[in-house]
Amino acid sequence: MAQRAVAIAPRWPGAAAAALVLVLTIGTLAAVGWRAEWQRGLSPADWAAIRFTVTQALVSAGLSVLLAIPVARALARRQFRGRAALITLMGAPFLLPVVVAVIGLLAVFGRAGVVNSALVWLGLPAISIFGFHGVVLAHVFFNLPLAIRLILQGWLVIPAERFRLAASLNAPVGRLLEWPMLRAVVPGVFLVIFLICLTSFAVALTLGGGPRATTVELAIYQALRFDFDLGRAALLACVQFGLCVLAAAVVWRLSLVDTMGAGLDRTVQRWDLRWPMLDYLMIALVAAFLFTPLAMVVWRGVPGLALLPAEVWAAAGRSVIVAAASALLCTCMALALALRGGRMVAITGVLPLAASGLVVGTGAFLLVYPFINPARLALPVTVLVNATLALPFALRAIGQTVEGIDRDFGRLGASLGLSRWGWVRIVVLPRIRRPLGFGAGLAAALSMGDLGVIALFAGEAQQTLPLAMYRLMGAYRMEAAAGAALMLLALSLAAFWICDRGGRGNADL
Amino acid sequence: MQKSIYLPLVAGFALCASGTFAQTPVLQVMTYDSFVSEWGPGPAIEAAFEAVCGCDLQFIGTGDGAALLARLQLEGPRTEADIVLGLDTNLIAAARETGLFAPHGINAALDLPLTWDDPDFLPFDWGYFAFVGNVGEDAPTSLRVLADSDIRIVIQDPRSSTPGLGLLMWVKTAYPDTAADLWADLADNIVTVTPGWSEAYGLFLEGEADAVLSYTTSPAYHLIAEEDDSKVAWAFDEGHYMQVEVAAKVAGTDQPELADQFLAFMVSDAFQSIIPETNWMYPAVVPEGGLPAGFETLITPATALLLSPEDAAAIRDVALDEWRNALSQ
Repeated sequence: MAQRAVAIAPRWPGAAAAALVLVLTIGTLAAVGWRAEWQRGLSPADWAAIRFTVTQALVSAGLSVLLAIPVARALARRQFRGRAALITLMGAPFLLPVVVAVIGLLAVFGRAGVVNSALVWLGLPAISIFGFHGVVLAHVFFNLPLAIRLILQGWLVIPAERFRLAASLNAPVGRLLEWPMLRAVVPGVFLVIFLICLTSFAVALTLGGGPRATTVELAIYQALRFDFDLGRAALLACVQFGLCVLAAAVVWRLSLVDTMGAGLDRTVQRWDLRWPMLDYLMIALVAAFLFTPLAMVVWRGVPGLALLPAEVWAAAGRSVIVAAASALLCTCMALALALRGGRMVAITGVLPLAASGLVVGTGAFLLVYPFINPARLALPVTVLVNATLALPFALRAIGQTVEGIDRDFGRLGASLGLSRWGWVRIVVLPRIRRPLGFGAGLAAALSMGDLGVIALFAGEAQQTLPLAMYRLMGAYRMEAAAGAALMLLALSLAAFWICDRGGRGNADL
Repeated sequence: MQKSIYLPLVAGFALCASGTFAQTPVLQVMTYDSFVSEWGPGPAIEAAFEAVCGCDLQFIGTGDGAALLARLQLEGPRTEADIVLGLDTNLIAAARETGLFAPHGINAALDLPLTWDDPDFLPFDWGYFAFVGNVGEDAPTSLRVLADSDIRIVIQDPRSSTPGLGLLMWVKTAYPDTAADLWADLADNIVTVTPGWSEAYGLFLEGEADAVLSYTTSPAYHLIAEEDDSKVAWAFDEGHYMQVEVAAKVAGTDQPELADQFLAFMVSDAFQSIIPETNWMYPAVVPEGGLPAGFETLITPATALLLSPEDAAAIRDVALDEWRNALSQ
């Protein structure tokens, strides 16, 4: 079956995409290491940071996935008004810039927030969001929606025929269809979220309550910015990659491959639905948890919109262009990699998650600087890096489906003598429209909110919206910054919605 | 007749214009982000300097003060920057070590609370670190009283933010031998430690903390720009640690005269009068018109604390370990 993929899909685009990923992850790291003066190994504080980083990432990822499964299940088998809008909106927390999301969370869980006001009113002691639990709460807030979406994709690719068959045999859907799907999908989702939390920096520090909550990424930041110790930064980045490879290896051992045969793309009908209220309660609770902080961002942002200077609108325009370009690039790369398949591609697909944004930025700067003034390349480099950093999500979304297509239709394609491009155009593309749109939406929204690379490269003329927002905050203009945050939220969601919607097309979700 | 005069005139004009265009010298000033933003001093200073220099002043903005130094170290001697503006005293030692800077050679009478005689780095503004709280709430009178109280504060991480590093130096200068104890007592006052100033100040304005580490001049922003007099900086008995922001000339500059002219301009009224209401700091030389109305309401610390760049660099690692150990308990 492995030869099937090789014989049918074109190979070189995948190789090119993989090469680009390697240059931007390992290559930038090598550039930093090359310039380093190696001084010392890891300090005890670094080891403490590594321990904290891994612990919080494990707990955050575990909790996100555990909560996501019942919600995804409820969403997969219930139809109700506004379901499509709900699913789109659920993408929002993941797409938010960290500061915006943290301020939204604080408006709910903070000292003067909704929850504590209610507790005080009820005569109960107030809770504090700061500490280990605050970090986990924020990470779950960010990643639960992603987990729900990715697991929901898994449910939606179970062919309708199987549900039909199960219903006619009166067989247990959960054990025969859902459990194998979860075994195939969940480890990968867990890995993605574990790696996102592994490279977390601002969330952990802001809500962690102090230096106990130091992550590896913060140690890298310190090494790069304050000590200018490139050696230590490179070493810590290696540790991050090491953890990534280790986690990926464990997860791949756990994953199972689905081997039950194809369906004919019918709309799923379910006959096994009991306890509807439980499903709806689940959905309502998660929606409240995810949307209250977002509502606070909107509420606080509206008065700020009027205060926005013209420059911010120009910055927003620039952000939209960057987002569109990196969504396009990311989608092409993901498609190329997914069609190529294989373990090396799977590795290049998760590497960007483990890459430290700071090391990538610094390395890219070092690679570019001898040839051209980095400020001139600020926007192209931002597009390139963002497309690469969003690649794992897009790849995760379409990878499973593409593999399945190969297995299920490969022989048919070969017997019909389809050309390579014909195979992609006629068989693959229509089947992966939905996940591809989702992947493109994620890429667009993520690069809309990116701050890492642009902050290092940008001159005055290339200011993007997140950068403008930070500059407003830095100039005491918190209210205008809240307006910019709202604009960022709206643009990210719109970009996500357009791509996602375009992908769904036939509206069967 | 008329035509024959007219044509060469136009041609000559065009030649002149293109000539001046090609020869307009460019001065590149590398600085931190908030300096160049349209709410910072950058745009006004660019206009004022270009009016007198016959040159094109370009700012290269990058992160905060620490990021600025890191960027310079990445670029090394090949940097295109002619001036670096926005380092503070805690970064000077590392900056000097790069060997990238040349003496400024300027003898200006500076209005700093301390004497300044650094040959390479010239101050353009300064301020005192202070905790900023709300008017009418408990105001502690010293770091010690604060540490013994149950007031809730938010501070910045000294490993990623220049004010955070300033507080570290403040505590270490005020309590050279017992800094670790003070941090241990402060630990239960600290709501959280943020990566940068903006996050901390945002948390404070959201009501997550009673006070935030900022500057004595922060209330001036609220008073002057927002007509809000509800913010106040707390005066502490131990004295207040200072932040002095400096600029220096890059030794390898291709515009040495222009760079010198800029440094001289930097301590003149035209530059200094822009600082208070855009950077919200004290000007290094008080301009002729004095400070803007509102600045007289600010607290004036009795004692100004500041370590020399070399001392600051020497104690940083020890102070950082004390901080980390005390707050990790």
